[in-house]
Amino acid sequence: MNSRLRRRIVNAAMTALCALGLVVALVPLASVLWLVISKGLRGLDLSFFTALPTPVGEPGGGVGNAILGSLYIVGIASAIGVPLGVGAGVYLAERGGGRAGDVIRFTAEVLSGVPSIIVGIVAYGLVVLPMRRFSALAGGVALAVLMVPTLARSTEELVRLVPVALREASLALGVREWRTSLRVVLRTALGGIVTAVLLAVARAAGETAPLLFTSLNNQYWNWRADQPTASLTVQIFNYAVSPYEDWHDKAWSASLVLLLLIGVLSLAARLLARNRFGGAR
Amino acid sequence: MNRSGPSRAKAKIEVQNLNAWFRGVHALRGVTLSVPVNTVVAIIGPSGCGKSTFVRCINRMHELVPGARQSGHILVDGQDLHARGVDPVDLRRRVGMVFQRANPFPTMSIVDNVVAGLRLNGIGGDHFELAEKSLRQAALWDEVKDRLHHSALSLSGGQQQRLCIARALSVGPEVLLMDEPASALDPIATAKIEELIRELREQLTIIIVTHNMQQAARVSDSTAFFYMGELIEHGPTEQIFTNPREARTEDYVTGKFG
Repeated sequence: MNSRLRRRIVNAAMTALCALGLVVALVPLASVLWLVISKGLRGLDLSFFTALPTPVGEPGGGVGNAILGSLYIVGIASAIGVPLGVGAGVYLAERGGGRAGDVIRFTAEVLSGVPSIIVGIVAYGLVVLPMRRFSALAGGVALAVLMVPTLARSTEELVRLVPVALREASLALGVREWRTSLRVVLRTALGGIVTAVLLAVARAAGETAPLLFTSLNNQYWNWRADQPTASLTVQIFNYAVSPYEDWHDKAWSASLVLLLLIGVLSLAARLLARNRFGGAR
Repeated sequence: MNRSGPSRAKAKIEVQNLNAWFRGVHALRGVTLSVPVNTVVAIIGPSGCGKSTFVRCINRMHELVPGARQSGHILVDGQDLHARGVDPVDLRRRVGMVFQRANPFPTMSIVDNVVAGLRLNGIGGDHFELAEKSLRQAALWDEVKDRLHHSALSLSGGQQQRLCIARALSVGPEVLLMDEPASALDPIATAKIEELIRELREQLTIIIVTHNMQQAARVSDSTAFFYMGELIEHGPTEQIFTNPREARTEDYVTGKFG
């Protein structure tokens, strides 16, 4: 009887501790969300999404060019980084048993630990200096360099999770190895890979430091990859460090827009992953 | 006339002095065995005796294991598997395989699983007729015809295994290797698979690895007993189970060890 009571007490205490842990984990998230929403919602109207920024003191204006620029830069980064990262991951999982695999894995690990501002400097040296100008391309390259190592490692893990039995089933049917890798192994892991890509893209969209001296900023619309380009994160940074009260408000609103953008992106890809790639589950 | 006598009828598969290693383990030691066309050979023996390695050598799946090595000859229709110009991919279409655990492709529907051999090789088009034929051969058609586009994972374990057999049949193999195909199934599903094996013998040559000696007795024409990587005895199934020549075979089939 006694031990049963003790068990109940311990059980209740542990459950309470778990619940407490959940609350502690959720508080910062909820408070950040609340802060951004409460401070950002005021300045948010339709024109904030579509208009160009206005000079200080002038009311109205928006971050339309920065939204477009962020999508543009992240698009360039994804076009470079996703194939490289996923390709490297598949290579590591399928052929990475030897020395080359170890070297790549080690490099990826080191690279993923490099501070993002350093990556920005590298992109500055690689793209900005030879081109003699800041550009969306340079920003895209910087973000791509950040995406590749994490994508490679997570793709590797996901591909390794595909049961050997499926590989063997395909090979035993007389399907060539490269087709098996592509159409069975990669296809089976695709749902997870889409999620990993999504996380990498969302992370890249939230980066500021590597964009400061690669894509810089732009007060106007820009469609060209070789021109300085506005991005939400750099715009938020500029607004936030300025001494003007109305720019501070705009920084909050732009932050909310960034959160929305990432949220919509995640949701869309998640739905896509479930309907299109989740397959028959 | 005893059709199952080793090396009597025309041999479909001829194994000569086969040795195989992986990661330093000498898994097969000098195995010589002949399988006549349109017969069922059962491979029995305790765990780790090289049964699986043996069948995996016949469709050259063994060589995919890192550190795998082999010596000796395997002839299918008189042609050496390791002769120059023999593509293992072509070979695997002639020598199909069914695995211990049903392994349908989880991302594909039932019908797509059946014709996966063609689809994955980039052969497009509507393979519905082939799918129906293969599913009928595997005695699964009536159970799945109304839900061909459902996930393969919606089937029961026994149905999944028959789906895998249908998938192996769809590429038109001449030989079917079965590595303990019923060991994860219940008795009813097992009975269905065994019935299927008896029917398929009309068209195919079958090598089946099994732990279940009753199963070997029920489905096979001849039985080969492996022990510690060696082929101890190969003979007509009836003789192996009633009057084996080797003492070790008798000990094993009467349950003294293994």
